[in-house]
Amino acid sequence: MPWLSILMGVSVLGALGVAFVKDDRLAKQATLAVSLVVLALTVVMTVQFSPNGDRFQFVETYDWIPAFGVHYGVAVDGVALVLILLSAVLVPIVVLASWHDAEAGKRSVRTYFSLLLVLEAMMIGVFAATDIFLFYVFFEAMLIPMYFMIGSYGGAQRSYAAVKFLLYSLFGGLLMLVAVIALYVIAGKGTFMFPELIGAIKDPTTQKWLFLGFFIAFAIKAPLWPFHTWLPDAAAQAPAGAAVLLVGVLDKVGTYGMLRFCLELFPEASKWATPVVIALSVIGIVYGAIVAIGQTDIKRLIAYTSISHFGFIAMGVFAMTSNGASGATLYMVNHGFSTGALFLIAGFLIYRRGSHFIEDYGGVQKVAPVLAGAFLVAGLSGLSLPGLNSFVSEFMVLLGTYERYAVPAVIAATGVVLAALYILWMYQRTMNGPTAESVRSMPDLNIRERWVVAPLLVLIIVLGLFPKPLLDVINPSVKETLTNVSVTHPAPAVAKEGQ
Amino acid sequence: MEPAEILSNPGGVIGVSWLMIALPLLGAAVLLLGGRRTDKWGHFLGVLMALASFVVAALVFFQMLGFAPAERRVSVPLYAFIPGVADLGLLIDPLSISFALLITGVGSLIHIYSIGYMSHDTDRRRFFAYLNLFVAAMLLLVLADNYVALFIGWEGVGLASYLLIGFWQFKPSAATAAKKAFVVNRVGDFGLLIAIFIVFTTFGSVAFGEVFPKAGEASQGTLTAIGLLLLLGACGKSAQLPLQSWLLDAMEGPTPVSALIHAATMVTAGVYLVVRSGAAFFPGDGTASLVVTIVGVATLLAGAIIGTAKDDIKKALAGSTMSQIGYMMLAAGLGPVGYAFAIAHLITHGFFKANLFLGAGSVMHGMNDQVDMRRYGGLRTLMPVTFITFLVGYLAIIGFPLLSGYFTKDGIIETAMEHNAILGWLAVAGAGITGFYMSRVVFMTFFGERRWDKDVHPHESPAVMTWPLIVLAAGSAVLGAYLVLSNRLMVFLGPAVGLPEELPAFHVVSPVGLATLALVAAGAGYAWLKYGRQEVPVVAPRGSFLTTFARRDLYGDALNEALFMRPGQWLTRLAVWFDNRGVDGLVNGLAATIGGTSGRLRRIQTGYVRSYALSIFVGAAILAGAWFVVGTL
Repeated sequence: MPWLSILMGVSVLGALGVAFVKDDRLAKQATLAVSLVVLALTVVMTVQFSPNGDRFQFVETYDWIPAFGVHYGVAVDGVALVLILLSAVLVPIVVLASWHDAEAGKRSVRTYFSLLLVLEAMMIGVFAATDIFLFYVFFEAMLIPMYFMIGSYGGAQRSYAAVKFLLYSLFGGLLMLVAVIALYVIAGKGTFMFPELIGAIKDPTTQKWLFLGFFIAFAIKAPLWPFHTWLPDAAAQAPAGAAVLLVGVLDKVGTYGMLRFCLELFPEASKWATPVVIALSVIGIVYGAIVAIGQTDIKRLIAYTSISHFGFIAMGVFAMTSNGASGATLYMVNHGFSTGALFLIAGFLIYRRGSHFIEDYGGVQKVAPVLAGAFLVAGLSGLSLPGLNSFVSEFMVLLGTYERYAVPAVIAATGVVLAALYILWMYQRTMNGPTAESVRSMPDLNIRERWVVAPLLVLIIVLGLFPKPLLDVINPSVKETLTNVSVTHPAPAVAKEGQ
Repeated sequence: MEPAEILSNPGGVIGVSWLMIALPLLGAAVLLLGGRRTDKWGHFLGVLMALASFVVAALVFFQMLGFAPAERRVSVPLYAFIPGVADLGLLIDPLSISFALLITGVGSLIHIYSIGYMSHDTDRRRFFAYLNLFVAAMLLLVLADNYVALFIGWEGVGLASYLLIGFWQFKPSAATAAKKAFVVNRVGDFGLLIAIFIVFTTFGSVAFGEVFPKAGEASQGTLTAIGLLLLLGACGKSAQLPLQSWLLDAMEGPTPVSALIHAATMVTAGVYLVVRSGAAFFPGDGTASLVVTIVGVATLLAGAIIGTAKDDIKKALAGSTMSQIGYMMLAAGLGPVGYAFAIAHLITHGFFKANLFLGAGSVMHGMNDQVDMRRYGGLRTLMPVTFITFLVGYLAIIGFPLLSGYFTKDGIIETAMEHNAILGWLAVAGAGITGFYMSRVVFMTFFGERRWDKDVHPHESPAVMTWPLIVLAAGSAVLGAYLVLSNRLMVFLGPAVGLPEELPAFHVVSPVGLATLALVAAGAGYAWLKYGRQEVPVVAPRGSFLTTFARRDLYGDALNEALFMRPGQWLTRLAVWFDNRGVDGLVNGLAATIGGTSGRLRRIQTGYVRSYALSIFVGAAILAGAWFVVGTL
């Protein structure tokens, strides 16, 4: 079964269908139905994936432009699979959460939902692509639906934010395009297929230059410090649902790209760059957290916490230990759920009161206890409370980093303290204290909103207590990647008995 | 005695010992998800789950008594958690089961008491949900068979503590205190986390059963580093210097919370951590153990001094808690015999401090939630049960002969004296101060003039609150003698903490004990002169510099503010400014330069961009389509 093509095909056909539905309500329902079908198919596909089988499964390869060796090549390994699963889970939730988000202006409601489905197809495509040129096409094309979602349906500063987002991403994409073409030419294999290009570039200097082209594109996408300034604007101006997909999935393409392409195609250059990348990551972890503490706007605050979290992910990738890289991959998934929940609940809050500013709230817990409780659970996931999903991945990343780079890991671990501050202080200012006059009549979450929040909270708790199923899928692929980078795993100082 | 081998699951009740954790966790889940529908019976469910957990703990205990002492160390694996790093599993041994009995036993009594204490609160159900959550997390903490699982419980109790300190979250002071407790604890948790990393990279495992036997193979520096970092974690959870500042603020929580979490159980988790890791990382000599004793002594004195100056009855007791945990910490730094006395004092303290806190809660309940002891006085006739039980707890804590504290605290003092005379005499001094501040509490509350307002009508609390007091008072009276005489607890704990075969005999009368008693009597006598014989002014006198020093918690908060909070705020502001102006400004400037003029950029930002993006999209689509056609031809 060409599972991946089917997933994309259903999304694209759904998008076309929705775009031509006259009735807005019907368009929304159709979008929800399509996204649920995609989710169901993705789940069926995931069940059929055998973690210890071939590295790439559900392989489809067709010639696309034979003259240049461009293929329509898709397949997944464990890492790509869990990220596709993340996307497929988030889209229906976002659809349900965005039910009224496109109605505020005079914009077309059905276009918004159609764009969501287009975006879903591209998100699946970008993680599934095994042809580097195809990956590049998705990498760039993804910008377009997101650009319109921010630029047309966003907040007051939407144009500025959308352009900033686009210019940054295009700049990074341009660098990558150059690197992609150079890779093709220098490798001289006449193909863009990723598996065939592993180990193709031997010369260290060439590796370094090509690495930089890919890495900068990914560092902007993720974003790592100091390439991050577009994210708070984009995330704060985007409608809550679009912000979830932007921060939860699109940004992960950056960290995914680092793990998949930078490490495996340019192993020597990756090791050469590691000190700098680790340094940028650690700075980002601490800096993002400190700036988050000082934010006055809820959505910007969440965006800065994400910058801190992306630092953790990049650090885990470049630690090049199995705990670090597996933890980073799991982090990509977990962060999608926990930040997704934070953005969506913040969106519900903002929708009720019409203000982004923390100071306009206070005492919401008293009037909307379910909303407050859900916000707290999402927040606790954001501060990596053990027992919730993020703890597992953050712990693995820190442990994996410590195994190789103790000092950066210790500095990064201060982010654990700062996270408690930014989350709990935000929670205190919005939810605790005497109930503000302006929120006194605020309704609690309605049925639709509860259906949005419930699956995310369930995932946050279940993945916190039982991370093994996901890790079992992730670990073999990560191991393969690290083998291709040919790193040796640091052994414990006191060896285990019998070894 | 060498630490016993860990045996595999023998079945029976031990096989389902996870029920201890699962039952209260289920209770919490039902009460939180059930919402208002469970308001009517929620508190009963909460009590039931705590009691059920206690029953399981007791059955496990009795099953364990059936084993030979060397076999009382059973591992109960649960499930694979993080492959290659840590699994979830329980370690049932004398140490963990002692804690489990204390947590579920005292916990159940406090649950029952709370039915009455919280009866007027519209959110009583939520209160019981959090209490259940706490019990589950605390049990995971002490029953876990590895550091990662322990850490889940460790931060879990931190969450429960956060939720319960901030239970009346509409009070800004409560919300702030809750956040402060969590954040300060996270500083300690940071230490614990790094300790776990070092343990894993050194030993390739985080399981107690794998790490401890191999501890000797690691370098001394590594062991000391692990010990000191574990101690940092312990300081956060147990409110030891320098991470003590949150505990006094934590009294914002309802009084049963102060009794359960911030006196009897959670705050002793640090002592548990040190004792559990003891044989490997705190052997009783060496740097880490020395630092533990110094922290313990410093905190026992600081807490006692703070206790002398507080007019808020709960804060006086909170100072006392710091101080008593200081004693336990001191003991935990003294090696195996010290561990046993640390645990003995921890158990008796669990009883008498819960007793005292619940007594204070009973007083507050009858006094319209007044906490200022200057507004109390002469309550002994109006609240006879509360008075008598409080008196027993008071006599137990000051070490009145033959009551609990006499045995367990003196055990610590004597062990410290043998180890190092300075430590010993400082601990004796602490006992004297304890005699003073606790007598002060009793005199100000139950004796002297009645100093409350006209509209207050003090009355005894209902039976649901007084019965737990009576049970706790009974424990406070006799438990110490039971545990310490003929070395009962030592023999029981022996295999778990690695006690020597030759146990030191406890002398019921000893020179050091007599000296301690004399100082305690002097402290109590001085308190009588100041607060018993004299009338207590309703408004606190200004007091000397020393009084102010003690009232302001030895300037702990002021220090934190000057060293961390203010610089932190400046750093935050600077970072935000820098991020808005610096990084972003630079990038915008660069973009403008590349784009020609800033005017161009602004134009792009407004209207033209949409068409610009659309043209890219259309262009890309055409290109892709063309390639596709070319490709397939």
